[in-house]
Amino acid sequence: MPDAAGLELIAQRVRAAAGADAVVGTHYAHRQAMLEIAPARVREVLVHLRDHDEEPFEFLASLHGVDYLPEEPRLGVHYQLLSRARVERLGVKTRVTVEDPVVPSVVDLFPTADHQEREVYDMFGVLFDGHPDPRRILMPEDYEGHPQRRDFPIGGEPVLFTFNEHKLPRWYD
Amino acid sequence: MTDDELEHGVAGGGGQAPDPLATPYRERERSVTIDRVAHGGAAPSEELEPESELFTINLGPHHPATHGVLRLLCTLEGEQVREVKPIIGYVHTGIEKSMETQQYWKAITFVERMDYLAYFANAMSFCSSVETLLEEEVPRRAQYLRVIHLELNRIASHLFWLGTSALDIGAITMMWWALRERDHVLDLFEMSSGQRMHTRYFQVGGVMDDIPPGWERKCHEFLDLLPGRIDQYEALLDRNEIWLQRMKNVGVVSRERLLEYGVTGPLLRAAGDPWDLRKADPYSCYDEFDFKIPVGTIGDCYDRYRVRMAEMRESAKIVRQALEGLPEGPFITTNRKVALPPRHELATSMEALIHHFKLVTEGFRVPAGEVYKAIESPRGELGCYILADGSAKPARVHVRDPSFVNLQALAEMSEGGLLADMIANIAMLDPILGGIDR
Repeated sequence: MPDAAGLELIAQRVRAAAGADAVVGTHYAHRQAMLEIAPARVREVLVHLRDHDEEPFEFLASLHGVDYLPEEPRLGVHYQLLSRARVERLGVKTRVTVEDPVVPSVVDLFPTADHQEREVYDMFGVLFDGHPDPRRILMPEDYEGHPQRRDFPIGGEPVLFTFNEHKLPRWYD
Repeated sequence: MTDDELEHGVAGGGGQAPDPLATPYRERERSVTIDRVAHGGAAPSEELEPESELFTINLGPHHPATHGVLRLLCTLEGEQVREVKPIIGYVHTGIEKSMETQQYWKAITFVERMDYLAYFANAMSFCSSVETLLEEEVPRRAQYLRVIHLELNRIASHLFWLGTSALDIGAITMMWWALRERDHVLDLFEMSSGQRMHTRYFQVGGVMDDIPPGWERKCHEFLDLLPGRIDQYEALLDRNEIWLQRMKNVGVVSRERLLEYGVTGPLLRAAGDPWDLRKADPYSCYDEFDFKIPVGTIGDCYDRYRVRMAEMRESAKIVRQALEGLPEGPFITTNRKVALPPRHELATSMEALIHHFKLVTEGFRVPAGEVYKAIESPRGELGCYILADGSAKPARVHVRDPSFVNLQALAEMSEGGLLADMIANIAMLDPILGGIDR
């Protein structure tokens, strides 16, 4: 794991490579390093960290979404990077608003992000610009809403069985 | 972009990323299937030979060979698979959402039901994430007990995989043999925790209870039995011509390609990459045991089968070492703010009663923060991300399930091969749909 000083060095190198506005902040807690970046610079930062950094993180272990309600900007996308050679992990997160939830897709950089970006879109409504197949993945295709958002009520929808499905056609309209 | 799409597009999307929900459902579904193949120039447009005609079939969602409710939209040319699209979500039960309404100690019950064959691994990833947030030390005996159960769970999971996979290939005997041994493991789980599956044995800060008297003897009996039984399985399968022909040189994907897809676990090790979080980044007390990481050579189905068989033997070795070196001491942390006080104290100690009451009604609070912890489940890297907001309930839990990520490699394994080989590929991929859909 990069320590707090190592994280600052990484942030410095990312700033030098991807622009001074690329890094929004650094967070170090529980011996885990997290780099917060601007959503517009996701691709530049990840390309730098993967290919050009002197301590590269070549493996995308996980990509997931978060809803930080009530903080703003609300939605977050996390990229958990892993260096298998040094066995170090680096979290990279970017935050977008609900009104403009657009993050560039990284599927061409990391093919593993394909299903995971679809899941984040499905659950949080983050739009991944440039995703080759931006469909829902877990929820039904005609589902409306993004259920993992914190303001999406739980238990707010009726359970459909064969005996009541004709009584509740498109209950969500 | 047409006017219609603009109207339905999400506000502020800037027109760069149109909302896919704007297109009607049926049209989108159609677009998944044949269009791409038809326009891709894979087949000549007019005079088609009978065998070069493409047709699309659904494999699943209710198909015994898909190991759950997995739907595969396959485009076939004769018997050759040209394109595979996995469609998932049929057993999506919103576990991650439900966990946000549960206190941390109650959420363990939920997380165990994701990957329902590796419940100890799920609970371990969740509990260790919470422990990281709490900065709670786990006693050594609890760590050893965790390792014992994790490795027994790995054996049970691989045995179930072996039985069902061999059944898909047509070796029905393996099903009964493998499940017979798996039952031994489940008996052990029942003895230590009271449940055969979804045991909720792991708690934040340790384990639920100490192992009962006689458990070690029973576990040793199983460990003595297992290597001989694995020999029997191998005697049945390894020289079986049908098994070998269905396995060898089927579904070969190179190591580099697997890494791009984020594949971990036995699939990656079968391709010759000795990446195992138990060795690379030892959690709990895995650094105290002597075990090897089996690797394959070319990464075909046969290597995947061999790697898992060898892993069972290594797991048995770890369990034996852990049983022999099992340290004395408490099995759960003595921090009463996190773990329940022992039952007998409730009758005599007011303080214990208060702690018990507060923990059961309110749960413990976890300081705000976010953490990602990964462990090696039987299927690969199982990561758990938790966002804590300072209350007694998590604000967000995400589980990076290995099956969910590994499934993306299925298309690469299967395309260009025979339909029957795709069944072998699914079997050797070992997807658990409960984990994929969560």
